[in-house]
Amino acid sequence: MQGTSEYTPRTGIERWIDKRMPLPRLMYDSFVSYPIPRNLNYAYAFGGILSVMLISQILTGVVLAMHYAANSEIAFTSVEHIMRDVNYGWLLRYLHMNGSSMFFLAVYVHIFRGLYYGSYKSPREIQWLLGVVLFLLMMATAFMGYVLPWGQMSFWAATVITNLFSAIPLVGDAIRTWLWGGFSVGDPTLNRFFSLHYLLPFMIAGVVILHVWAFHVTGQTNPTGVEPKSRRDVVPFTPHATMKDAVALVAFFLVFAWFVFYMPNYLGHPDNYVEANPLVTPPHIVPEWYFLPFYAILRAIPSKLGGVIALGLSVVVLFLVPWLDTSKVLSAAYRPLYRIFFWVFVVVCIGLGYIGAMPPEGGYIIAGQLLTAYYFIHFFIILPLLGFIETPKPRPASITEAVLGRPDEPGEPATPAGATAMPERRG
Amino acid sequence: MLKLITQLSAAGALVLASFAMASAAEEALPHFPLKEPEEVDWSFSGPFGTYDQQQLQRGFQVYREICSACHSLNLVPFRALGWEGGPHFSEEEVKALAAEYTVTDGPDDTGEMFERPGAPYDYFPAPFPNAKAAAYANGGAAPPDLSVIAQGRGVERGFPTFITDIFTTYQEGGPDYIHALLTGYEDPPEGEDVRPGQYYNPHYAYAAALAMPPPLFDDAITYAQNEDEDPNNDVPQTVDQYSKDVAAFLMWAAEPHMEARKSMGFTVLAFLLILTALTYYTKRRVWSDVEH
Repeated sequence: MQGTSEYTPRTGIERWIDKRMPLPRLMYDSFVSYPIPRNLNYAYAFGGILSVMLISQILTGVVLAMHYAANSEIAFTSVEHIMRDVNYGWLLRYLHMNGSSMFFLAVYVHIFRGLYYGSYKSPREIQWLLGVVLFLLMMATAFMGYVLPWGQMSFWAATVITNLFSAIPLVGDAIRTWLWGGFSVGDPTLNRFFSLHYLLPFMIAGVVILHVWAFHVTGQTNPTGVEPKSRRDVVPFTPHATMKDAVALVAFFLVFAWFVFYMPNYLGHPDNYVEANPLVTPPHIVPEWYFLPFYAILRAIPSKLGGVIALGLSVVVLFLVPWLDTSKVLSAAYRPLYRIFFWVFVVVCIGLGYIGAMPPEGGYIIAGQLLTAYYFIHFFIILPLLGFIETPKPRPASITEAVLGRPDEPGEPATPAGATAMPERRG
Repeated sequence: MLKLITQLSAAGALVLASFAMASAAEEALPHFPLKEPEEVDWSFSGPFGTYDQQQLQRGFQVYREICSACHSLNLVPFRALGWEGGPHFSEEEVKALAAEYTVTDGPDDTGEMFERPGAPYDYFPAPFPNAKAAAYANGGAAPPDLSVIAQGRGVERGFPTFITDIFTTYQEGGPDYIHALLTGYEDPPEGEDVRPGQYYNPHYAYAAALAMPPPLFDDAITYAQNEDEDPNNDVPQTVDQYSKDVAAFLMWAAEPHMEARKSMGFTVLAFLLILTALTYYTKRRVWSDVEH
């Protein structure tokens, strides 16, 4: 990200560093002078929130790992030891366990924002693919983290999910045994899950760097879907985006704190305060709320292999979205039909989540199957078809025009101070 | 086209709603518990809730004189009984309480295990040496440890309560369940087959009857609190009162730092509210030169 750098080292030390390893220059160009569209709304703040949540999870997680014992005999007790005897251990654990829920809440807003504003369209496909990779890594990390307290739900969730692999023809049973490190979920399983749960967040951090790098090359989308065309369309990242992200972050922390301090166990399941017992199956095995829609899809297909394939496809389909959407128009604001289907899709996902929490019986099964069918119809039929039959609304000539509500007059002195070069010419 | 989509989605919603209702009507298997627990007005509910110290002391007495005959409390050390935000017994009381128990220690210098009176750093001794012995003495099912039982039980709240719970900060499903279970024993209805050694209780979460006989009855315990000179602080010695007190004690045993959590929460939320306002107005100032 050199070339059009705005960074001027002011002191001797800065000049000394800048000649040898220009990290301050990189930071300055990425997070201070970096131009962002002037019309970004709060839905665009969730990327920043996610970065902070990742850091928060890593910090609390590293300290928790100092007190936790990954041994099936004492794992449950060691978590209770954290809750009772470690100084502020209850706070660390509640932050970490509710943090994962907040992480997913933020990532779902982030993903739906991307779907709404067409953030996956050319030239941002790689950006989107990296995002789906991050989502997959998050799912794996969260799942393995949920197993660590070694409660009843931990144990049975691990059993259900690892058993899915046995649906693979021919090698399924071998893969399952290999995952378990034995012939059932046990101590070796807990140990490897702990190891991976500690490893994966750092892989997430690595992919986050690529994800951020990618959008610093292409620039962000914005609610109009029209790329910035002049300096008047953009404002510098600092202080504008920094401040707006800060507002969203603090407001988000209010919600986070509400759960941590007043409802710390609301998002969990009581059965996870019962120590794992391979001989007693809980009446309803349910995953954490953020996996419920996928769980509903898994259960909607009557065959085990079919369910596993549908589950896999429901995530993998996100990789295909850039090519399934045939419309050239980015923002749903100018796509009258897609906008409706987008919100229907949101409701369907919430509906799937509700079905996922319900016992699989009677009408819930049929409702789950209908919603699952719609989930795939949305991606494989509606999304490709809309590009051909939809007449997009006229789009503004520029971001500034959309903001001002009239054609932009170049003579106006509205140029934000410090607005810098265009993203296209950078990188 | 627009109209068509609206109509289609409305039809879809109707179909789904009717399926959901059909499923509610045609429930083949009974769902346990047969009766939802009643919501008790706990002193520790809500953002400003605190434990009632006297109630915890009474609840501890119930645990000690009745529950502890079969149920262990493995994760609670005697010293915890002296913690602030708990039963808060004095140091001397905790020492005396602990000394009433005999704990096995060792091995000593000769390699032998020996017995000694309990000390504050010891944990409550379990009534049975191991789970097998506990199961054998109790008709095949080991009585569960009670250390985290108040967080390990809770009845599904259903729609829309599970949403309003977020705003009312309802987290008392555990103690509500314990209270409901202990007060919920009744004669089985006509036609309900209860096996010998099982006791009908529509509040039990996993079946219509459970192996635990009704453990409490009126005046089973004389509360220490009622034995002093002052009649003003006397509490009724009823099954309902015992159940509430022991449920509160078990909530504390499950989460001894709850008071610290809630009081810190108020500080944090107040700080964040002010910070939200400050950042918001700073942001307005920063963006005031740009229409957006």
